[in-house]
Amino acid sequence: MKPAPFDYHAPRHLKEAAELLATLPNVKILAGGQSLVPMMNFRYVIVDHLVDLGHVDDLRGIAVIDGRLRIGAMMRQRDLETSPEVARHCPLLAEALRHVGHRQTRNRGTIGGSLAHADPAAELPAVCAAYDAVLHLASIRGLRSVPFREFSLGFMTTALAPDEMIAAIELPIWRSGHGHGFHEFARRHGDFALAGAAALLDIGAGNVVRGAALAVFGVAEQPVRVDAAEAALTGKAIGSTAIQNAAAAAWLVEPISDIHAGGDYRRHLAQVLSVRALTDAARRAGVDG
Amino acid sequence: MGKQATRITVNGKSHARVVEARLTLADFLRHELGLTGTHLGCEHGVCGACTVLVDGHTARSCLMFAVQANGSEVTTVEGLAADGELSVLQQAFMDNHGLQCGFCTPGMLITLTELLRDNAEPSEAEVREALTGNLCRCTGYAGIVKAALDAAQRLRGGTPSQPSPASGGGR
Ligand code: FES
Ligand code: FES
Repeated sequence: MKPAPFDYHAPRHLKEAAELLATLPNVKILAGGQSLVPMMNFRYVIVDHLVDLGHVDDLRGIAVIDGRLRIGAMMRQRDLETSPEVARHCPLLAEALRHVGHRQTRNRGTIGGSLAHADPAAELPAVCAAYDAVLHLASIRGLRSVPFREFSLGFMTTALAPDEMIAAIELPIWRSGHGHGFHEFARRHGDFALAGAAALLDIGAGNVVRGAALAVFGVAEQPVRVDAAEAALTGKAIGSTAIQNAAAAAWLVEPISDIHAGGDYRRHLAQVLSVRALTDAARRAGVDG
Repeated sequence: MGKQATRITVNGKSHARVVEARLTLADFLRHELGLTGTHLGCEHGVCGACTVLVDGHTARSCLMFAVQANGSEVTTVEGLAADGELSVLQQAFMDNHGLQCGFCTPGMLITLTELLRDNAEPSEAEVREALTGNLCRCTGYAGIVKAALDAAQRLRGGTPSQPSPASGGGR
């Protein structure tokens, strides 16, 4: 249970980090280390070089820019959990963070690290899916922006090039007064979820849905937006029957089966948790029932 | 490969060493400094026995390399008892049967030290949630939760709860 030897690099600037990633052989990024270091301890991952982004100040910070919440990739999960900006502008993210691992791992774990790791049962990729987040990726070639739908490619697979890092995440801020809901089922609090659902609802006059987002995670190989549910809800008055009917579309997400849960059970959970997440979102947007 | 000069302040005392980059903070504490109070149960971030405070925040020391803690202040279980006197939380563990074999105890104490620092009046549910990252194979957690709530009360200036004969026993 000891990692294989490697060389450690602690760049202070983005440019320096990008150069290291482009030139060093068999190199990996160390963000918060809460997924990578266990894999190194097991020697599932053996690297020659580790580039620690923990000292790169350009990758930190949180700001509202043009109606979007911009979060530096190296922001610790715990800092986001307690951030007033996150609570005010992206409450879905704040709620999801409470389910991410434990306080001890959130103190170290970063949002960028979680997105790059892309575990299918992880909460933060699901939140990015629900918000249609835009990821800013940095390398020696400069910066490029990738919408989350194009970033997430499959089971623990992303659009990141080998020498690329996530620099920042931008979440569009929904209209104040919108509702959010987040539910997951895990065997113990802090465990990876067997399935979960994240929902956003913008509800206008007459309880008519102006915008809806529903993402399920832990079900398929990557977080999935349930487009059919969103389409069924949008433009119509919301209520418990509408939510039940819309959430049925979560049943269509092609599930994975593993030792933790079978596909049918995951499907069932996806549907039930979607109802709960949408119901919470509607209630928080001021609609009961 | 990968030796690095590293300076870490542990329990108020500064230590400089040249260490391999792959040395975890846990092994630095245990092997370089001889501070074996920090326990290693799993070495992959599941059990919480290795929890320490890094710059005041709990972290699993098996999931950090010592070089990452360069320039940091670390507090281990050895740093909790000031001048050989048990901290309020440690005393509450003793009084409420918060430990049996003691293997998980260092991690429990550090985790709860952070909780009680940030939350003077935690509910039982909050204590239990704080403990989800720490496994105990002996106590069934009841004594640990009781100790945490008791310590919180003592720290608020209340009188220590009388350990009842039934607490933690009965097995
Ligand atoms: S030894 Fe670090 S979490 Fe188990
Ligand atoms: S007291 Fe033995 S593991 Fe907790």
